[in-house]
Amino acid sequence: MSTPAVKTAAGYIAGLLFGLGLAISGMTDPARVLGFLDIAGAWDPTLMFVLGAAVGTTFVGYRLVFARGTPLFSTKFQLPTKQELDAKLLGGAALFGVGWGLSGYCPGPAIASIGGLTLPLLALLAAMVLGWFIAQRIAR
Amino acid sequence: MDWIASLHGLVGGVLIGLSAVWLMGALGRIAGISGIIGGLITQRPKGDSAWRVAFLAGLISGPLLVMAVGGGLGNVAGVPGAVIGEPAGGVPLMLLAGLLVGVGTGLGSGCTSGHGVCGLARLAPRSMAATAMFLVTAIATVYVVRHVIGGGV
Repeated sequence: MSTPAVKTAAGYIAGLLFGLGLAISGMTDPARVLGFLDIAGAWDPTLMFVLGAAVGTTFVGYRLVFARGTPLFSTKFQLPTKQELDAKLLGGAALFGVGWGLSGYCPGPAIASIGGLTLPLLALLAAMVLGWFIAQRIAR
Repeated sequence: MDWIASLHGLVGGVLIGLSAVWLMGALGRIAGISGIIGGLITQRPKGDSAWRVAFLAGLISGPLLVMAVGGGLGNVAGVPGAVIGEPAGGVPLMLLAGLLVGVGTGLGSGCTSGHGVCGLARLAPRSMAATAMFLVTAIATVYVVRHVIGGGV
């Protein structure tokens, strides 16, 4: 059952569910995201419901999945093992937050919005990819 | 409060959670967008790329499917029925923001999905710290842009 085609199909299903979730929740709208982050303005709670429902579902689902012992189409669960709260983690998260606050785009919604591509979004995506390469260089 | 928008948020959030659970249950992977797609682009991992490409295709086709189905399933603020919202700024701002998002999620090993959804669900201390950090700097950034520079838009 763990053929490459099955793994690829499983990946597609995961991406599709994620994309559907972002679209239906309105996270493909930067105005909703910025509205949530704007606690001193006309606050938009939508993102709080999205994050709450996603974390709750994942919290319960992960426990069921981990109880099985192994994934369906792979040999083991690949979980992060790092524990330290280092400068790279916190500094990276801080920089990401500034970019997120400037644009209302985090990587998922930015990529999921390619179907409605605009020049500013294209610029953001290109710069994000460049940023990933730069981070890889710095981290090395 | 806009209860319809909140309901959309809950339903969409459950779908995102199901995606994360499915990816862990099927392939044993964290559903972190910057890890999956960033890893695909910067490392081209041999034998570990096909599912990432498929995930990317699914991620893009999700909103397209919602648009094709129609019926007001989208949740763009102030535009009933719309699925994908307009960028909040022009090219220069998006270049700067994109660079920060890329470098930040690259160095910080994750974004809103990997740390914010999967990491919090695992009660991982690194993800809790990262999520708190990017929420604080994002909120501070919006405050400065809208209320200090912009004079309260």
